Order: sequence, then structure tokens, then C-alpha cells
Amino acid sequence: MKFRNTAAAAAALIFGATTAAHAATLDDVKRKGEVACVVSTSLAGFAAPDASGRYTGFDVDFCRAVAAAVLGDPNKVKFVPATTKNRFTVLNSGEGDILFRNTTETMSRDADLKLSFLPVNYYDGQGFLIRKSAGIKSATELGGASVCIQTGTTTELNLADFMRTNGIKYDPVPVETNEEALTNYEGGRCDVYTTDASGIAATRTGLDNPSAHVILPEIISKEPLAGAVRHGDDQWADIGKWVVNALINAEELGITQRNVKSKARKSGDNPKVNRLLGTEGGMGAMVGLDDKWAVRAISAVGNYGEIFERHIGKKTPLGLERGLNALWKDGGILYAAPIR
Amino acid sequence: MSAPQYAPGKHPDLPAPSTLAGPLAWVRANLLSSPSNITLTLLSLWFLWSVIPGALNWFFFDAVYSGENRAACRAAGEGACWAFIGEYLKLFTYGFYPEESRWRVNLAFVLMWLALVPILFDRVPHRKYGLYYAAAFPFIAGWLLVGGLGLAPVTTDKFGGIMLTLVVGVTGIAFSLPIGILLALGRSSKLTIIRVFCVGFIEFIRGVPLITLLFVASTMLSYFLPPGTNFDLLLRVLIMVTLFASGYMAEVIRGGLQAIPSGQTEAADALGLKYWQAMRLIVLPQALKISIPGIVNTFIGLYKDTTLVIIIGLYDPLGIGRAALANTSWIGLSTEVYIFVAIFFFVSCFAMSRYSLYLEDKLETGHKR
Ligand SMILES: N[C@@H](CCC(=O)N[C@@H](CS)C(=O)NCC(=O)O)C(=O)O
Repeated sequence: MKFRNTAAAAAALIFGATTAAHAATLDDVKRKGEVACVVSTSLAGFAAPDASGRYTGFDVDFCRAVAAAVLGDPNKVKFVPATTKNRFTVLNSGEGDILFRNTTETMSRDADLKLSFLPVNYYDGQGFLIRKSAGIKSATELGGASVCIQTGTTTELNLADFMRTNGIKYDPVPVETNEEALTNYEGGRCDVYTTDASGIAATRTGLDNPSAHVILPEIISKEPLAGAVRHGDDQWADIGKWVVNALINAEELGITQRNVKSKARKSGDNPKVNRLLGTEGGMGAMVGLDDKWAVRAISAVGNYGEIFERHIGKKTPLGLERGLNALWKDGGILYAAPIR
Repeated sequence: MSAPQYAPGKHPDLPAPSTLAGPLAWVRANLLSSPSNITLTLLSLWFLWSVIPGALNWFFFDAVYSGENRAACRAAGEGACWAFIGEYLKLFTYGFYPEESRWRVNLAFVLMWLALVPILFDRVPHRKYGLYYAAAFPFIAGWLLVGGLGLAPVTTDKFGGIMLTLVVGVTGIAFSLPIGILLALGRSSKLTIIRVFCVGFIEFIRGVPLITLLFVASTMLSYFLPPGTNFDLLLRVLIMVTLFASGYMAEVIRGGLQAIPSGQTEAADALGLKYWQAMRLIVLPQALKISIPGIVNTFIGLYKDTTLVIIIGLYDPLGIGRAALANTSWIGLSTEVYIFVAIFFFVSCFAMSRYSLYLEDKLETGHKR
């Protein structure tokens, strides 16, 4: 620790300007004309290029919303795919401006890896996928099982904790990507695959015979997935934070991709809507943007609910329920800070 | 029965008895020469018999060539779902290169073959001009692919797929050989500074995995460069890959150099040749010739190492395949993807190794054992 700090200080002395350069991300982004957004190398429903090379997915839409708010064009995003292992290095080195990559907010990532987390955009938890034929009903019966686990993740640590508290011996099979995990699991090199429940849902759609596999009842951790930016640029962090909040608030206020333009034309009788859509209050200027920032974000990707249903909801192969991710007034815990 | 008598010199050319030549004899000698050999032959036959029909069915007869998604594929047939690969073929080939500019990639590809002809074969007419052209090719291709000077610029993060593999592979191969030769010569130089530098460089490169170098190139480098500099990511990769291959190349060539008897250099000295003349005319042609297998080996290794660029966020064909597998309509068809990518790499690498055999045969002057 000591040495690391000294080395960092020395580096800061020699390359004095580095942190300063990281400070004005907004100006950087405007100069480059694109937002460099760190996403998953490929995770069904969250981020993956389609056959024409266009990125789509839940995380991708948040990148696009930021680009639309900041640069006025949801396509001005440079996607920087990163693995679970190198994602934070990529962000901290400046190769990426913002990160939306199935990333769990934790204290050490915030404080030690020096990230500023944006509001949670998906409440997840760690689950287990196993073959029905194994006849196992609970994660506590996993003694002696080999478990596929992605390196560099919170899930790796959670698993170790869970197995230790329950006194279970197991065989970890470390893998680099979700896809590799799937191949290993199908090939029988591991009995169990554990990762975020959303990831399991994505993985499960890829199995030859999904009904031959079950998800164990235990959810062994809290995985609040959130976007992130580097420490040290509060304005940029605010932009990310309020774009996410705006999308969630839009759902709460009934603003959709379809009706946002007409609602934004002139101020209506709901001041909350007016402030969000910039017909009142001058909110955009507070984060260094103009008044139509949220209108652009919403017309680019829709509100939170629309993003959810488009990529991972009931009608998609992932078929995820809103569950915890429903709005607070619908029985979930999604409770975005108000725009005022 | 007595053998027929012939006058001296009149013995006719009779065919060898069928027990010694012809297909039957071949079968006997190669497949059935001993009990263990017979067992192995039978086992192999049984193995082929049980594998080939299934494989053929999967690959061709039961395969599905068109379909909307995985479910449609599975409904239409039991075999491979090539419809998936077909849909992603463009992405596999061009990566994210803008659609309207893809002709530039195609043109660069054709020009690459034109540049290879004079390099690979020495009996083409006007080979000298061909070689000039080949030397200019990397720059022409660079201009075509990146744009500028009249062409719409394309940023290198749009490169991907087979095209990316070729860019990285060809650049690495083209530049690592000359750099490797210089390093190998430098390593045996009489000038201490040069020698120490070369040894240090080679040992460093060989002591560090390529993946580490790539990682340094992609992320660590931005900590050291002055802020605001935009050092192209692909260029960094190209430099790292080239340096890496050069280090290995140098050792391969050093092996070749050491196999040349010192009498050769002494003879060159006696003829009054200068160092570079001696190297160019006498030592290197022989050393390179015996190093061909090692050189091609390094090339092939380098070519396959291009898949590592995934860790710095560039998609080679394997990366594209993985990304394609995350498409919810196709997820789960990993076998097809891996087989497709394997075929691509196998074809390229096999061609390289065949060419190297051809070259060895052509240059063969009796050293071969
Ligand atoms: N949320 C955890 C786990 C993240 C994780 O493992 N995500 C997996 C799937 S749930 C993933 O991104 N896979 C795609 C890939 O490896 O490219 C963390 O932040 O450490």
C-alpha cells in the first residue's frame, strides 16, 4: 500500500498533468466528438454487436443516452469492450470516459480503485445454475462440486465467502468470459455456473435444452449494478448520474420515447415533467449541458422501463421480471432522486 | 522352370512383381506389415467409419444454411447452423469497418496478393519492379484502410475480424523479419553497446508474455504519455506485436547464423568483402535458408497470437464470434463459431507451412538430411 502510494505520488510529480487532463472529461468528450463507453465484450441482452456491427443491449442504451444528452447524437459512442478483469484499468487509464458493464458497486471499487459510481441501474444478486439431473435442491448441497466462476468479479469473492461460511469444499474453475463459462458448463467441465442472476438468465438461453437446467433458490449476494466514472471529475460524474436518474424519472412520470417530443414542446401543468424536459428550471446548465439534455436522452433510448423491456424483459429470450427493478411505486426499489 | 535367357544388354524392362510395387504392395507394406500394424489399421478404419458419417452429416447434409434464428435452425435440421455464420459473415470479415468504404478493404486485399507474388515466387517477369511495389504496399494499404488524402478517414477502432488479423499478421510478419535479422547480427556484433542492447532487448521480449506487452500498450502507456496525445491504439498493438515477433525471429536467425561454418566468413574476408557485403552475399543467404522452418514457425505463431487483441478491446475473428454468441437470437451456437474460426486459422497457417516446404525444396542444395 505504502509503496503504491509513493509510486503514485512520484508518477504524479513526473507526469504532473495527467490528473488535470482527466478532470475536464466533458470538454474532452466534446473535442473528440464521442463518448468512449466501456461495455462488456459480449453479454446477451446487456452489450453485444449485432450482425451489422451495431452495439445493442441494456448497458449500451445507457451509453447512448449519455452521448445523446452530451453530444446530441446517440451514435456518437465509441464502445470500448472490456473483460471483467481489465475494465477498471481501461476506465482509469482514460481509454474510456464512462463505464456501463454489469458492474457491482462496492466499497473497495469506489474507494480503492477510485471510481465514482452512478445510480444503480439494475439490482441483481448472485445465483447458481445446475443440471436438473444432478438432483441438487439447494446451494448448501454443493459439496465437492466444480464451479465455473469468472475471474476478477465480485461473484468470485462471494462464492468463496458463501462456501466458507457454510463449510463446503468445492473446486473453482476460473474462466475469463461468460461465453467461456457456458462452453465449460455445457461441456461438463464444471457442474455449476455461478454469476449474477441476470447473467445466468442470459447464459441459460444459450443452452441446448434450457429446461434440463435449474437455477437454485439461493441468491447469495447483493449485486447493485451501476455505471461508473473515474474519481476526480465531479461534473462528469454528475452528468452520468443525472442521465440515469432522468431515464428512471421519465418512467415514473409517464414520459416515453414516443411522447417525449410532444411533451417537451411547451411547458405543461406538471412542474416535475417541465423541469425534466427543460421547459422550466434551467436544470441542464447546472451540469454544463443545455435544457434539452434529458429530452435527447429519452428520445434516443426511451425511459428506463422501455430499455428494460426492449433488451432483457419478459418478451426477450432472457425473460427477466422487473422484480426489484420495478419502480418503488410498483413494488420495486427503483427510487431515483428528483430533478429539482 | 528355368529363367529365360537374354543376350547381354537385351534384358527387357519388366514391371516389378506386384508383391513389391503397386497399390497392393503399398497396402501390404504400409498397413498390414505386422500384427500390431494390422490392429492399428483396423482400429483407424473403425474410428473413421464411426466419425466420418456423423461429421459429414453435421457439416453438410443435416446442416441448415438459412434461417432467422437459432430456433428456426434447430427446427430445420440437426446439423450445423451455418445460417448463423452467414448472417455474421460480414462482421467476421470486415469488423466494424463502415459499409460504404468496404471496397477499400477488398482492394487492399487484392493488392496484398499482387504484392506477395513477386516476394513468394522468383520466376515472375519484371520481378524487380514487383519488389519495389511490394515494399510500397504497406504504405498504400495503410492509406487505403485508414483514409485521409482524399479518402474518408476511418478510425482504427473500426477494424475487426479477419481484416484485423491480416493487418496485424501481415505487418508483424513484414517488419519482424528485417528487425529480427538486425537483432541477430547485432547480438554477435563486436561493438559492446550494440551487443548489450540487442541481448537485453531479445531477452526482455522473450521473458515477457505478449499479453502483458499488449496490456501495457493499451492501458499503461496512457499513464506515461503526455496528456492529450492520441497515440492510436492499433498502432501501439502493431508495434508491440512486431517487436515481440522480432525478438523471437532474432533467436531463430541466430541459430541459422551459428550453423554457418566460420570458414565462410573467413573466405569472405579473404576475398576482401566488407562486413555488410559478406553478410548479404555469403552468410545470410545460407543462414536464412536453414532457418526457414523456424522463421515460418514464428510467423504462424504470430499470426495466431493476433487473437490476443481481444484483451485490449479489439475484435479478431474469435472476438467477433464470441460477440455474435451474445446475440439473443443465436446464443449457444458456439460449436459453429469455433469451427468456423478454426477453419480460417487452419487454412491460413497450413498455406504458410506448405509454402515454407516448397521454399525449402527449392533452395535445397544438399544440406538436408
Ligand atoms: N457484477 C459482478 C459480476 C460481473 C460479471 O461477471 N459479469 C458477467 C456476466 S454476469 C459478464 O459480464 N460476462 C460477459 C463477459 O465476460 O464478457 C461484478 O461486477 O464483478
